Amino acid sequence: MTTLTAPPKTASPPVRPRTSPRAGAWKRRIPLLPALIFTIIVTQLPFVATLVISTLQWNILKPGERHFVGLSNFKFVFTDERLRTAVLNTVVLTASVVLISVVLGLGLAMLLDRRFLGRGLARTMLIAPFLVMPVAAALLWKHAIYNPDYGLLNGTLNAVWRLFGAANGPTVDWVSSYPMPAVVISLVWQWTPFMMLILLAGLQAQPGDVLEAARMDGASALQTFRHITLPHLRQYIELGVLLGTIYVVQTFDAVYTITQGGPGSQTTNLPYEIYLTMFRKYEYGQAAAAGVVVVLGSIVIATFALRTIASLFREEVSR
Amino acid sequence: MASPRQILIAGSVAVTLLTTGCAGAGGGGSSAGSESINVLMVGNPQMEDIAKLTKSTFTKDTSIKVNFTVLPENELRDKVTQDIATQAGQYDVATIGAYEVPIWTKNGWLHELGSYADKDTAFDKADLLKPMVQSLSGADGKLYALPFYGESSMLMYNKDVMKAKGVTVPEHPTWQQVADIAAKVDGAEPGMRGICLRGLAGWGELGAPLTSVVNTFGGTWFTKDWKAQVDSPAFRKATNFYVDLVKKHGEAGAAQSGFTECLNAMSQKKVAMWYDATSAAGSLEDPASSKIAGHVGYAYAPTVQTKSSGWLWAWAWAMPKTTKNADAAAKFMLWASSKKYENLVGDKLGWARVPSGKRASTYAIPQYQKAAGSFGDITLKSIEGADPANPGTQPRPTVGVQYVAIPEFQDLGTKVTQEISAAIAGKTSVDKALNDGQKLAADVAKNYQK
Repeated sequence: MTTLTAPPKTASPPVRPRTSPRAGAWKRRIPLLPALIFTIIVTQLPFVATLVISTLQWNILKPGERHFVGLSNFKFVFTDERLRTAVLNTVVLTASVVLISVVLGLGLAMLLDRRFLGRGLARTMLIAPFLVMPVAAALLWKHAIYNPDYGLLNGTLNAVWRLFGAANGPTVDWVSSYPMPAVVISLVWQWTPFMMLILLAGLQAQPGDVLEAARMDGASALQTFRHITLPHLRQYIELGVLLGTIYVVQTFDAVYTITQGGPGSQTTNLPYEIYLTMFRKYEYGQAAAAGVVVVLGSIVIATFALRTIASLFREEVSR
Repeated sequence: MASPRQILIAGSVAVTLLTTGCAGAGGGGSSAGSESINVLMVGNPQMEDIAKLTKSTFTKDTSIKVNFTVLPENELRDKVTQDIATQAGQYDVATIGAYEVPIWTKNGWLHELGSYADKDTAFDKADLLKPMVQSLSGADGKLYALPFYGESSMLMYNKDVMKAKGVTVPEHPTWQQVADIAAKVDGAEPGMRGICLRGLAGWGELGAPLTSVVNTFGGTWFTKDWKAQVDSPAFRKATNFYVDLVKKHGEAGAAQSGFTECLNAMSQKKVAMWYDATSAAGSLEDPASSKIAGHVGYAYAPTVQTKSSGWLWAWAWAMPKTTKNADAAAKFMLWASSKKYENLVGDKLGWARVPSGKRASTYAIPQYQKAAGSFGDITLKSIEGADPANPGTQPRPTVGVQYVAIPEFQDLGTKVTQEISAAIAGKTSVDKALNDGQKLAADVAKNYQK
């Protein structure tokens, strides 16, 4: 626990070395320079290259036609109807996945916050979906669950129908009939554990004395949750939402595997559209421009995320 | 009990180990001096067979070491295109399809191979099927890739179901007859649908059978002087017919079904008929994976206005210009496409697995005739009947049956079939799909109009 009282003023100020503080700082930094330069090379040079490529008309299947076109690739990115649809799909996909998994994660975290027999086991099992590799998870959902012929959902429907004497249940083509929900549900399954972990950490950091005081004052469980727990969790929820958003915006595996962006372009999000531009159209300039736009968008979201994290730390310190 | 953090750490360690482990598998490139070549190929069963047989035969005879890299089709295209287009020169031989040959030849990326084939008398270039040679030649008439195996398309059906329903499938059906039969046999067994037709978006998935239907209905993607025809009456009629047939009597989950899903549906008796590649027959007749082995009937690709409507595809060996081992690479390609290799596969692995569809002589081998009795003849005649230069009722600007051989078609075909796939799923109308498709096609056509 840090104290908030000021230190006694009687102590003499520390003796400073003769060299100027700036030179001293540089002396300390010099051994770190190679690492810094290396980091700049591996992280910033590719981005600079992408920026350069985004100003070129470059289709690799047409060698010899590569030339500078200024910002026209960006104009294409902002005016192309398919890309606009992709932006919209990305927003819908990200928002629904993040919101639903925060709500579910909160519920699970509240349950896990209580003591019960086998809590550790339950927690481990609930975290499991987050540890499954995205491609494996998407394949699992596509084949084991959604498949109209041998998937779990239709299998269950059939079994229920047979209980009531029918020969066959309805054959619902889940992925084609409900493409966006199909992708969203598989992603919610993956991301709920992540939200649960963050919110559980928040719940366990809740000061016990405040809760006890609320109970003494006669607050109901619902009132305690609304007026004490939820405000306390606010920053944890914000953190979960922002980190989740940064990752879910980049979703590729689920879209590629489960729906291939279809039917039509109903589930084509930005990463998948960029993939198509790169590997079906081979238009490197357009793909790079779209990539730059996505990076800028992500930086905006990430800035908010970093601010939230910073405010969390401030709260920790001030407590 | 492990804390969440420990689990996260353990998980990330496991992922790191897995990825680094995988990185080792793809490597292992150059070794053993000049007499070693790198071959990149698609992961089809015929290619897996050659990877198994090479060391004990080809390498033993010639002391040329062959390093194979095997990838699924889409990844292969990504990789080989980038490798060749950027002149990286990592591979001496690559399998490419009939679609790529004219485009890459125009870019000057491929070695001419006809002269190598002419020098090798045992290779017998004249024995290669004419449509194969035609689709693997450049605009200059020279041969730029050697076929490994070829395919056309045909109608496959469950003979038991047809018999039970009292239906006879004609040897040369029309599409209307096929639609009528599909309606009759739909529901012949619980959960069985009338026909499987690909509905999965992609120029090489839904795009292939659909384009062959468009051809025989009198439609085309582009006219000879590059006018887009996607919203023309014939293209519309064909697409409406295709979409209606799949919607009414097609397989469950049609909008997500490609070749693999249809093969599965057919061999598991979920559909009564299937129109697709002739190369599927080998899998349908394999008792290990197919419930209808020995009970499959075959008919020619259904037609409307044309005499035949089978498509034409070849997986072929090509040599990038960047190779430094041209002679060794040529030796390998000539061996892999030779009669000798076909006999080797027949002797060692069984005659049904011979990479067929490229040589007339294959169909004269008695053992092969026996193994491919029910479908061999139709396959050969379908391939011979295909006319890649003139597959429909009107002249074309490019050579190719079920695709348009221009770089833009991968993108155009994928996007248009995405919309048609959505129409199959009931999410949009065929009219809207084709109107949007026409705009895309017209944009592409602008690059070629003079």
